[in-house]
Amino acid sequence: MVAEKERLEREVVAMRVAKELPDGGYVNLGIGIPTLVSNFIADESVVFYHSESGVLNCGPLAEEDEQDIDLINAGGQFLQPVDGMAFFNTVDAFAMIRGGHVDVTVLGAHQVSARGDLANWMLPERGVGNIGGAMDLAAGARQVIVAMEHTDRQNRPKIVEDCTYPITGKGCVSLIVTDLAVLQPTPEGLVLKEVAPGWSAAEVQELTDARLIIAPDLKEYEL
Amino acid sequence: MAQEKVYASPETALADVFEGAVILVAGFAGCEVPRLLLRGLADRGVGGLTCIFSHDAPANEPANASANESAVHGSVAQLVDKGLVRKLISPLPFAPGAGGVVEERWQSGALEIEIVPQGILAERLRAGGAGLGGVFLPTGVGTRFERGREKRSFQWGEALLESPLKADFGLLSVAAADTLGSVVYQGTGRNWAPVMAMAARVTIAEADRIVEPGGLDPEAIITPGIFVNRVIAAE
Repeated sequence: MVAEKERLEREVVAMRVAKELPDGGYVNLGIGIPTLVSNFIADESVVFYHSESGVLNCGPLAEEDEQDIDLINAGGQFLQPVDGMAFFNTVDAFAMIRGGHVDVTVLGAHQVSARGDLANWMLPERGVGNIGGAMDLAAGARQVIVAMEHTDRQNRPKIVEDCTYPITGKGCVSLIVTDLAVLQPTPEGLVLKEVAPGWSAAEVQELTDARLIIAPDLKEYEL
Repeated sequence: MAQEKVYASPETALADVFEGAVILVAGFAGCEVPRLLLRGLADRGVGGLTCIFSHDAPANEPANASANESAVHGSVAQLVDKGLVRKLISPLPFAPGAGGVVEERWQSGALEIEIVPQGILAERLRAGGAGLGGVFLPTGVGTRFERGREKRSFQWGEALLESPLKADFGLLSVAAADTLGSVVYQGTGRNWAPVMAMAARVTIAEADRIVEPGGLDPEAIITPGIFVNRVIAAE
């Protein structure tokens, strides 16, 4: 069964996303797999992190005995104080996002459509949602990368022809990195660019609702 | 003689909060939430409040936090629990840590909730505080947030018209204030406080430290005293 084949670890997905971050770029990481991305930046490159909690150039998470309630990221996790940090208020935090100053945001998703619509704020079956800053990031960041598992907990495809969940942003996603594949939404449809080792394009298609356009230079997941 | 801005207690600073008032609550994920003032509001017991806030409960308690902190200090969820809130306006009304009471009251129809994306809320408050008639934002175009909003096409893309938000009272927690109401913040504790101070008719700050004029570097003041009407000591 394709569904039971081994998939990539979350860390490997994060490692693949890390390759997409521009040297010297300003990057906002969402919660979940996106948070892990900062662990895999190549030694020779520098990435500046932006958090809508109101801090730029923030560092790694704090050790347990050094947690400070006045130094948190957007997920409420405690940060280490590092040289070069800058604090700002919420209006400025979102001006940085909406004004096109944040180069890349990496977000998780419930669903992404073939044309790059993003749904990541509400599960209708639960009835409640927290929008937070996701909608502003989707509309404002220069590039939106989604990092997620290819299917949900019931093994239903999360990459769909059209989102059935309420969307966060329309046509905003430029790259999807999952535990099975790297895909690019385009106006013509969803292009399959890379597959996880041991997986074929046909097997990835079986777990994807949207019809895949196989890239002529389809590769194995490149780390 | 000008009105003295330093008040003796939350009780005196909140004495004129009225039934149905609109209250801004600064803070984010437990960071610089005005807990004394929220507790004072719960004690005062006026109802029908509208609370505009981001996320008042900590997603995580610091491992080194003192054990009794959350027990004695207030929160928006506590006001909801006491039945004092008619409506919440927030990007994260159901945030983890808020407890089940918000969801429970909302499901039962006793509590109205308006979910607003964080960046839209920030600009609506800024518009309210800065005297703007509204602001066009690209956030939410093509989503259900378009409903009921004017959409306009610009050269750079489409945007939705958002209305200004103002409030009767704004509650802040700040690192230090001078007796003229100018304040400074600590770390990511700044978050919503500067814009909420602008958007409220009466802004009340609980300050870890209160100093005389000259006690704060004027180059470092983030929110000048014109935006802050009352100051109480946080300890």
